[in-house]
Amino acid sequence: MELALSPDDAAFRDEVRAFIKDNYPAEMRVANPETDLSKEQMLLWHRILHNKGWIAPLWPKEYGGPGWSITRRFIFEQETTRAGTMPPLAFSVTMVGPVIYTFGNDAQKNKFLPRILSGEDWWCQGYSEPGSGSDLATVRTKAVRDGDHYIVNGHKTWTTLAQHADWIFCLVRTDPTAKPQSGISFLLIDMKSPGVTVRPIITIDGSHEVNDVFLENVRVPADNLIGEENKGWTYAKFLLGNERTSMAGIGRSTRYLNRLKKIVKAEIPEDDPAHLEFIRDITRVELDVLALEATELRVVAQMARGIDPGPAASLFKIRGTEIFQNITELTHRAIGNYGLAIREHPVSANRFMPGPDYGHTASEKYLNSRKLSIYGGSNEIQRNIIAKAVLGL
Amino acid sequence: MDIQFTEEQELLRSSVQRLLRDQYDFEARRKIVASEDGLGRKQWAEFAELGLLAAPFSEAAGGLGGGPLSTMIIMQEFGRHLVVEPFVETVVVAGGLIEQVGSDAQKQSYITDIIAGTKLWALAWTEKGSRFDLATVATTARRDGDGYVLTGEKTAVVAAPWSDYLIVSARTSGHRHDRGGVSLFVVDRRAANLDLQSFKTVDGRRAAEVSLRGVRGELLGREGEGVAALEACRNRAIGALCAEAVGAIGELNAATLEYSKTRKQFGVTIGSFQVLQHRMVDMFIAHQETLSLMQHLSLSLNDDEAGVSRLASGAKSKIGYAGKFVADQAVQLHGGMGMTDELNVGHYFKRISSINIQFGDPAYHVLRYAQLDAAA
Repeated sequence: MELALSPDDAAFRDEVRAFIKDNYPAEMRVANPETDLSKEQMLLWHRILHNKGWIAPLWPKEYGGPGWSITRRFIFEQETTRAGTMPPLAFSVTMVGPVIYTFGNDAQKNKFLPRILSGEDWWCQGYSEPGSGSDLATVRTKAVRDGDHYIVNGHKTWTTLAQHADWIFCLVRTDPTAKPQSGISFLLIDMKSPGVTVRPIITIDGSHEVNDVFLENVRVPADNLIGEENKGWTYAKFLLGNERTSMAGIGRSTRYLNRLKKIVKAEIPEDDPAHLEFIRDITRVELDVLALEATELRVVAQMARGIDPGPAASLFKIRGTEIFQNITELTHRAIGNYGLAIREHPVSANRFMPGPDYGHTASEKYLNSRKLSIYGGSNEIQRNIIAKAVLGL
Repeated sequence: MDIQFTEEQELLRSSVQRLLRDQYDFEARRKIVASEDGLGRKQWAEFAELGLLAAPFSEAAGGLGGGPLSTMIIMQEFGRHLVVEPFVETVVVAGGLIEQVGSDAQKQSYITDIIAGTKLWALAWTEKGSRFDLATVATTARRDGDGYVLTGEKTAVVAAPWSDYLIVSARTSGHRHDRGGVSLFVVDRRAANLDLQSFKTVDGRRAAEVSLRGVRGELLGREGEGVAALEACRNRAIGALCAEAVGAIGELNAATLEYSKTRKQFGVTIGSFQVLQHRMVDMFIAHQETLSLMQHLSLSLNDDEAGVSRLASGAKSKIGYAGKFVADQAVQLHGGMGMTDELNVGHYFKRISSINIQFGDPAYHVLRYAQLDAAA
């Protein structure tokens, strides 16, 4: 299914397609890019996109964005995900960048934006805390003003790839007496500051993606406050809206479905009754993808006409994650007895994994994808958003 | 159809519970899994000492005569504690096969050692492309003097790296998918020309690809009748795995309920949200149903009823799907914590996921249940 494209947009699509084909680094094509690449390897594609001027499709031209229309942004997203390229670090480009150019002052824009674009600074997100998951407004990390600094104390958790980060953007409580949403500020903290400690959290797939970040008497220049003190909640909500937009994951689901079909063909003979069962299950997921893709295209077409999509992002997040979880489950099932094995992390070339290559990441993907319905606002929370904002319940 | 347990059975349950409570908490298990060979030899010796390794065997074979009901009781507790030692592989599967089809000499020698806790076993039946079909066997065995010589590849053999002996299915006649012509052999795991490529499993166990290039094997049971023996063996294995799954489901439900009563968001416990209440009610119902089906299957195995194969497939499927539902929801309701290696919830998830592969996944067994009905 495709958008109806003007000749110019069609030419743009072809250009993007060719650029990916000619420039995507071969060394980023590993079994599981999310866990197997070093920081430097992850940044290879980022730098290539930066040199091309394509690193930040969302950003206005004056800050270094390409100045694309909504349609072109969508085409770019579609082509890069269909081709299985690893997206540039979302915390930098999609999340904190737009907050800085929308709410930051000129000094902050000049200092941070170019380094985000170039990949020089790696950002992580200091939102969740042990007591504040779905209910973010209850963050307890405290920032107390001390002359031209804040003294920050607290504990952030589920911080993705903090082990690589140069900076963390944090929600901190600056007014403990105000209502939960009103006493929060948005603070940028240098990860090299004394008092910042990162502790790995190993997840059920054995990988190290997330971390605890402890902040103990960290001195942060007041210049690193975004916007106004105690207005952080507004900026945080703005950012969360950006986080949820690309979650339909059509390109990724389509790629994994195609791979799954190949696995089923190789693993299960056609005269085995299980074969028909797989065909039926896979086809049902294909139809789920088709319906979600049609919805996404409809929303994009509306946005191009200037219509606010409202909480469509919540719908994409719910269905996109459910579909991908379903695909990883089917893939794990398709490889049969080999599904008992799991790669050891950190991945080492001389450790043995049984069975054909296409099955080697099935277990870890299946396990890892459990997080999708939890993070970025759990699917239960997304349903609450639709119930309230769309249905008026 | 509620089982009224005998005093002896209650005693067995409480003694397993006591042992595991004292020696097999989650931290102790973590140490065992992280150790070099990933196995608690000391714990295994305790199991032997307590008579668990003797429990299901008949008194004639030197056991305690507890049968499938004692296996059920033990495995339910093992499921609650995520015990990794190869009780199913050694006692239920290999021991059961030896007792069922072995010669007097084989029983005398092998079962005695199993009960004493001095020998570990694994069953090598799966091959590349066999998926869950017991009769798809390409490994061959040819007569050589008074023994046999085996050649072929077995895949994903759970507990093989720990084992002293393997029971290997191999073809003595017929073609790759024929039901007849498959025989079972006892093979010394350290025999010449036998190679293992070991790997870790999702659920903290060890398994291996097994390569046999002219390995001497000793016939177990009658030549050519291995598939029938394996079918009966699989029924018993399913009985044990279902009990283990039910133990895990019970623990997941208890942990999730407890969490939902203490975890606060938006100023209230998350258990006060109706959508989560209903989810947990469905988890409770799943536990009740699987518990009933587990007992039903174990009684049927105990009485060796005619329809036991079909019931085993039905239970494996239903308990598999229910277990998956509970495990999914337990992780979901624990949020990020459910994703961590630190919390036990994810480890129950992984064990249930592996149980759902061993001896056939829920989709395989639902079809088999239907086919056995059509055949009846």
